[in-house]
Amino acid sequence: MIAADVTEPRSAPTRWWRSRSLRRFLRNRLALVGVAMIVTLTLACVLGPYLLPFDELYIDLRARFAPPGTGAHIFGTDPLGRDIAARLFQAGQISLLVGFSAMLMSTVFGTLVGVVAGYLGGRIGAALMRVVDAFLSFPSVFLLLSLAAFVSPSPLMITLIIAVTSWMEVARIVEANVRSLRERDFVLAAQMVGLTKRQIMFWELLPNVVGPITVAATLTVARAILLEAYISFLGYGIQPPLPSWGNMLNGAQQYLAQAPWLAIVPGVAIAMAVAGINFIGDGLRDALDARSDQR
Amino acid sequence: MVRYLLSRCGQSLVLLFLVSLIGFMVLNLAPGGPLSQFALTPGMTKEALDRIAEQMGLNRPLPIQYLDWLWHLIRGDWGVSYRDGRPVLEVIGSHLFATLLLMGTATFFAVLIGASVGIKGALAQGSAFDTTTTVAAMIALSIPTFWFGLVAIYVFSLWLGWLPAGNMYTVGDGSVGDYARHLILPSMVLALVEVAVWSRYMRAATLEVISQDFVRTAKAKGLPPRRVVMKHIVGNALVPMITLAGLQLPTLLGGALVTETVFTWPGMGRLFLDSLGYNDYPVVMGLLMFSAILVLIGNLAADLLAASIDPRIRLD
Repeated sequence: MIAADVTEPRSAPTRWWRSRSLRRFLRNRLALVGVAMIVTLTLACVLGPYLLPFDELYIDLRARFAPPGTGAHIFGTDPLGRDIAARLFQAGQISLLVGFSAMLMSTVFGTLVGVVAGYLGGRIGAALMRVVDAFLSFPSVFLLLSLAAFVSPSPLMITLIIAVTSWMEVARIVEANVRSLRERDFVLAAQMVGLTKRQIMFWELLPNVVGPITVAATLTVARAILLEAYISFLGYGIQPPLPSWGNMLNGAQQYLAQAPWLAIVPGVAIAMAVAGINFIGDGLRDALDARSDQR
Repeated sequence: MVRYLLSRCGQSLVLLFLVSLIGFMVLNLAPGGPLSQFALTPGMTKEALDRIAEQMGLNRPLPIQYLDWLWHLIRGDWGVSYRDGRPVLEVIGSHLFATLLLMGTATFFAVLIGASVGIKGALAQGSAFDTTTTVAAMIALSIPTFWFGLVAIYVFSLWLGWLPAGNMYTVGDGSVGDYARHLILPSMVLALVEVAVWSRYMRAATLEVISQDFVRTAKAKGLPPRRVVMKHIVGNALVPMITLAGLQLPTLLGGALVTETVFTWPGMGRLFLDSLGYNDYPVVMGLLMFSAILVLIGNLAADLLAASIDPRIRLD
């Protein structure tokens, strides 16, 4: 096992909690606001259902269209008299979970494509990247809706098709980074000692592109939450009675004059979640980008 | 230039082929393929389904089916709508104007506002204006277009009563002013996200140009600052924006789809959703392919335009 001997002796890893990147991230006020927003939202969605006196599916026809603040209905009720706060928190669990899982799937797949295309280059690399370009040629909402109309709309399927339409950005970023590292000395050294292509790609190159992947993955969560909201709003995403932030807005337009809170409450939740994640992603980009020190 | 033109066109053709392959895969993803819509007809038997499959050529091997489908696509025979029997291309064509009008108006304002904000922010990097607009752009990118549409309808139509809440014109009116009044809300909603994108990219491009040597030279020559900004900085920062316009096309089309739904705007997006609702797959597939082809042509046009303006682009 020559390969193992060569890859073993590494310099002691810098402890991440003392790294310069973390300090830079903690100095970024907007990123911290983002973290606070996401932590608050997540806690509310996880703990909220236990604190509220209402079940998200409980129908109370006497309390239809109760405006926010009526009795214990802090965000009011919907056209069936269900408590919006209870639905909002339950929906948040689903929307955040879908967003996060779609990110995991698309990041794994996108990274795989990117590393292989970037390292192998040549015809295989070019062919893979043309496929990426082809997927990017479709407006993602169009592609997503076509797929959603053809598959069964279970949460897993929705997550899967969001991943199918979101992996290209990661692939492009990873490919560009790997391509720029391909000719570096440590890669040449790894080739000389006879590491296989797979070992070089996943043990030598991949650890060096973790930074850009993290940034891209964070922004993909935001994108996935938005996409879920889009297709659920249009009626092709998560199906009721299971609530999601998107499908809570589905009937809202109809009652806009009568009950504007139906539209406002879930929309603010989506905007908060997506903005929070975007702030974090931007903060990560600045923190992990070595060049930002010189600015 | 000719070499660049040829290689860029060749690239687009390869992409077009891959796009058609993806489209065909989506089409065959439907449970039971394109036959699924017949399977739901009351009284449908297995024998009748098999006969339809044979008539439609669906019992042939997939590669043959694909080539057949592609051949029809190339000749402009995109099938007929299940809903009213009109050819798909004709149906799409009758909705094209509304979408182009909406996208054109939105892009015009987005570029105008976004570019100004981006340039102003970059010239005063770190100022209150710069920080505020940067954060505002990030928030705008986080708001779902349809939700902004709902809020806009609530405020400007239901509450203030200034503007119509939907449709492209009032039945029986249809004057230019009437069209314009209906156009304001949807185009502003669609423009919001675009303004954010354009301001961010314009800011980055301007910062890039500011640090270049020729700007320092221009300043050192004693040119008036206004002239340096307008001619040397803005002129050069605008070139990558042409490419961005092409790259923004898919987002713009997707945004148009959602905006049209909220404002019942009779464009391609609205048609797409209606067709989905009616299981009108030929139109759905037609729109999917049409939008991708539109994006390819848009990107090609943007790249060629950028290359004809900036000779540096052709070198790589």
